[in-house]
Amino acid sequence: MNRIYFDHSATTPTSEEVVKEMLPFFTDIYGNGSSQHSHGREAGKYIDIARRQVADAIGAKPGEIYFTSGGTESDNWTIRGVLSGYKAKGKHIITTCIEHPAMIKTLESLQKNGLAEVTFLGVDSEGFICLEELKNAIRPDTVLISVMTANNEIGTIQDIKEIGAIAKANNIIFHTDAVQAIGNVKIDVKEMNIDLLSMSAHKFYGPKGIGVLYRRNGIKLGSYMTGGEQERNMRAGTLNTPGIVGMGKAIEIATRDIEKNNKYVSELRDYFVAQVESKIDNVYYNGTKSDKRLASNANFSFEFIEGESLLLRLDLAGISVSSGSACSSGSLEPSYVLLATGRAIELAHGSLRFSFGKNNTKQEIDYCVQNLVKIVQDLRELSPLFLIKKGENKYV
Amino acid sequence: MYNERVMKEFAEPKNVGFIENADGVGKVGNASCGDIMEISLKIDNDIITDAKFRTFGCAAAIASSSVATQMVIGKTLDEALEIKNKDVVETLQGLPPQKIHCSVLAEEAIKKAVEDYRDKKNN
Repeated sequence: MNRIYFDHSATTPTSEEVVKEMLPFFTDIYGNGSSQHSHGREAGKYIDIARRQVADAIGAKPGEIYFTSGGTESDNWTIRGVLSGYKAKGKHIITTCIEHPAMIKTLESLQKNGLAEVTFLGVDSEGFICLEELKNAIRPDTVLISVMTANNEIGTIQDIKEIGAIAKANNIIFHTDAVQAIGNVKIDVKEMNIDLLSMSAHKFYGPKGIGVLYRRNGIKLGSYMTGGEQERNMRAGTLNTPGIVGMGKAIEIATRDIEKNNKYVSELRDYFVAQVESKIDNVYYNGTKSDKRLASNANFSFEFIEGESLLLRLDLAGISVSSGSACSSGSLEPSYVLLATGRAIELAHGSLRFSFGKNNTKQEIDYCVQNLVKIVQDLRELSPLFLIKKGENKYV
Repeated sequence: MYNERVMKEFAEPKNVGFIENADGVGKVGNASCGDIMEISLKIDNDIITDAKFRTFGCAAAIASSSVATQMVIGKTLDEALEIKNKDVVETLQGLPPQKIHCSVLAEEAIKKAVEDYRDKKNN
């Protein structure tokens, strides 16, 4: 049987419709979008169309859309750009302890070098920040509040509109890393008071290597990538026309189909969760069971088992899932997101993320559950912890 | 990340379990680090006649324990004590750098099991 892909939060396949749209821009419309001649202007025309497609999807103006290489660059640009743009005001930034490493590592590095002072807000057991804690963290020198729309590991969706309102009331720039949210959560930057927003095309069936930073007009943002005068002199580098065109098409489709896809994928997810909870003992669902969760996301801790073993045994059975996030794989540390939600370290070590997509089927879920039950049982047989718990180990 | 040899050992580990009335047991690591390894030995006339393991940990930890148990069976206690973590790594045809500690745990588990046996014998 074909391999099963349950790791759509890591990346999605580029949809055929999107690839078809991109192909002419490799061989036919290959001009540099910044060139003045016909070849360049032709490419530029399609870049403008894509810019409008992205802007329309989030309620922005085309002039507020800046193409980048992806979510990591957009996050980096936000932090460094706001720090330089609002230097006179201060260098205090408020964010959460469950952000993507693109935010956390960047902020930690700047803080270490004395270039930023960061408050990392904690989260509750379901992954939500406390709005009162956010308000209390605000200082006169706070230049940026950055809270991810949806978490990549446990899928928790924050109250972005309320956070935006708090930022606005305090005259502080508000950024959200919406990399996991675009295509899954409806976002309107005006209604939600979002000043800066990061997104990445490959998370919503677009190509890899292309993303956007939305910047509300009037927000002072220093340049991060310097060089040529592309993107209104804000982001240097030849425009990635095929990627941009693909991203435009992908976000158009994602926005058009958001309700249909969410309904389909959440039904698959709910079915999976119910199956796992009824067939496997000692499992813990990480994140929230409310609807403030990405429709695609399920995250479980399997007690007595280490996540990597489980991931690789599933891989041997032909099923791709993730432990923690792909960005943390290879590290020996348990998920910092789960630890932040108060999960015990042993359970944080034993977590798996299943992220479903629009091409998955109920049959695939059945096959996965069937294998998962057996693999969990096998690995527990192997685990000294399991037997200790059952009281069978006399060498405790 | 892992080579085929490691994956094979991980997919089909040998000597899984716990020896009832074992002569020596060695347990190392802890759950918060993500690795616990337990090796139990049956010893007859200072020769290891059987070895089993149970491991909570990653693929490298499971493969290392499986290999370690296979290496000690048939060896004398002194020979078993000479097994080093690099012997485990060699048998597995290499481990990723961040997983070398799994082979160290295997070496330690063997040592501890032999010590456990000797302690019990001497008391």
